[in-house]
Amino acid sequence: MKLHEFQAKRIFAKHGVPIPEGDVATTPEEARAIAERIGGPVVVKAQVLVGGRGKAGGVKLAKTPEEAEAKAREILGMDIKGLTVKKVLIDPAADIQDEIYLGMIIDRARQRVVMMASSEGGVDIEEVAATKPEAIKKVLIDPFLGMRSYQAIEIASGIGLEKGQFRQFTKIATGLYNAFLASDAELAEINPLVVQGDGSLLAVDGKMVLDDNGLFRHPDLAQMRDLDEEDPAETTAREAGLSYIKLDGEIGCMVNGAGLAMATMDIVKHYGGEPANFLDIGGGADATKVATALEIILSDPNVKAVLVNIFGGITRCDEVAKGLLQAIEEVQPDVPFVIRLVGTNEEEGRALLAEANFPTARTLAEAAQMAVAAARGKLK
Amino acid sequence: MSILVNNETRLIVQGLTGREGSFHAAQMLDYGTNIVAGVTPGKGGQKHLGVPVFDTVKEAKEATDANASIIYVPARFAGDAILEATAAGLDLVVCITEGIPVLDMITVKAFVDQHPTRLIGPNCPGLISPGQAKVGIMPGFIHQPGPVGVVSRSGTLTYEAVFALSNKGIGQSTVVGIGGDPIIGTKFIDVLELFEKDPDTKAVVMIGEIGGTDEEIAAEYIKNHMTKPVVGFIAGRTAPPGKRMGHAGAIISGGKGTAAEKIKALEAAGVPVASHPEEIAELIAERL
Repeated sequence: MKLHEFQAKRIFAKHGVPIPEGDVATTPEEARAIAERIGGPVVVKAQVLVGGRGKAGGVKLAKTPEEAEAKAREILGMDIKGLTVKKVLIDPAADIQDEIYLGMIIDRARQRVVMMASSEGGVDIEEVAATKPEAIKKVLIDPFLGMRSYQAIEIASGIGLEKGQFRQFTKIATGLYNAFLASDAELAEINPLVVQGDGSLLAVDGKMVLDDNGLFRHPDLAQMRDLDEEDPAETTAREAGLSYIKLDGEIGCMVNGAGLAMATMDIVKHYGGEPANFLDIGGGADATKVATALEIILSDPNVKAVLVNIFGGITRCDEVAKGLLQAIEEVQPDVPFVIRLVGTNEEEGRALLAEANFPTARTLAEAAQMAVAAARGKLK
Repeated sequence: MSILVNNETRLIVQGLTGREGSFHAAQMLDYGTNIVAGVTPGKGGQKHLGVPVFDTVKEAKEATDANASIIYVPARFAGDAILEATAAGLDLVVCITEGIPVLDMITVKAFVDQHPTRLIGPNCPGLISPGQAKVGIMPGFIHQPGPVGVVSRSGTLTYEAVFALSNKGIGQSTVVGIGGDPIIGTKFIDVLELFEKDPDTKAVVMIGEIGGTDEEIAAEYIKNHMTKPVVGFIAGRTAPPGKRMGHAGAIISGGKGTAAEKIKALEAAGVPVASHPEEIAELIAERL
């Protein structure tokens, strides 16, 4: 789960990371009031869960409260990569001498949390990694020891901070690590961490991605989920315990198992179609769950055909077929279906579907080709 | 022959009396797996499915001389269950549970690494040596004994590949589901090494997916150390970046972990990559 900049920064601040004393506005008038309270120039920043908002015009400097109100009016309601801006953060403009990057992620290959920093702040760390990898300093954190001061100093020295800044940097790095642990994060980033005119450091931008599997421990953080920023179908799916991701194609896919679901999307594409979604209905296939899954798939108006691919293992194919038929009866879809069942009692399952006049396929390749033809209205 | 599990495996089921544990233990018993004990704290002294239940793994191991365990406990307790089995000194621990927080797994894995115990999973279907032992949730009947080792990050996709192999009359030595999480106990290279050393495994199927770099690392290993033919498959060619495709570990992040990179690495290592699951069996048949 992604957090907004203002949410991430507030969590960082709780762990001792200095952040600008700004606030969030949902109307231009609120933005003006916040700017008045701050006094002096402010930055008006769109709060959307997508990168590149600066380039999209979602971050603007305002010298006066009136200007802050005007900029907030421009930014609120703006569309940034398909998301509508509903909130802006009003922060005092920082006195920027230099910008550094400080981030923490999970290094899968090394199986550790890794802290990374670079003197090239303000730009994407991936870009730095590609163009100037030597500018990135990393330390791996031992889970039994936690982050140690010497590691922070190694990084501070490595990215060329002044000796006088080591102590503050260590406090910030430790704070970021503690925020990461305390929130079950999988990513926490301060970019940029600004070196101000007086040499002090300030976390001007913040980003956090939380581990969905850790949310059960953090009901307070779980509540921060911004449903405005999630596709409504994805919200419904998540609440029904289904894994669904909307894509841009025309062939709806309903599959059991994540790997098989991806392989099904891939084969649709292989035969010239475009998958409309990823959907894993999980183990078993009871009619209620299948019906919910169908409704979610069909809520996408681009869907012209649905491909159902179920490997019946411990759940027998005839049971899966019954569940499918019941769900289809309930939902009454108006697009063609191609169903492939394989595994235990597959013959019986296919016979049930054939009786109900549903096209069935034996192999996945055959099913994908039939679904592509069906989406083009060419399935006999 | 086989790797990791066989007819000498003496298995503990952690979470035996729970719904999942109970259901799958019955399936494993049906298959002929030697389940010697169950562990459910607070239910020690009972019998469940004819299997004696203990309060702790330590007690179960001492009483039954068990050497392996399989874990079906909910995510919030599963990390602890892995630690318990590791501390009790079992050779093999298989964790089926999905949804363990990744920071828990980092600590758990660091602990396991300090012990001789091998962990498979979490978030995996387990493993099976056909005709000998099924330690997992896969449908046993689709497998048959034979010369092909299978290692995969996925569940049903693996069943699909196995089913296609069996339908062609090609059996399997051992099928290992290593799990779809970002932090897992046993990686592709660990299993590839075991297959390379197993005299009865003649060819290997490796099924990967988007996310991480384990397939690339495996490709490097295959190029330098494997003499047996390997056939690959990578799921997620059409997966968009930044989205988690069901498995916690199946995500393209920061432009890394794409199917294209993994396929390229495997092909560069001389591993043919099937374009769809059914093709895996055809490619293996050509190489046996």
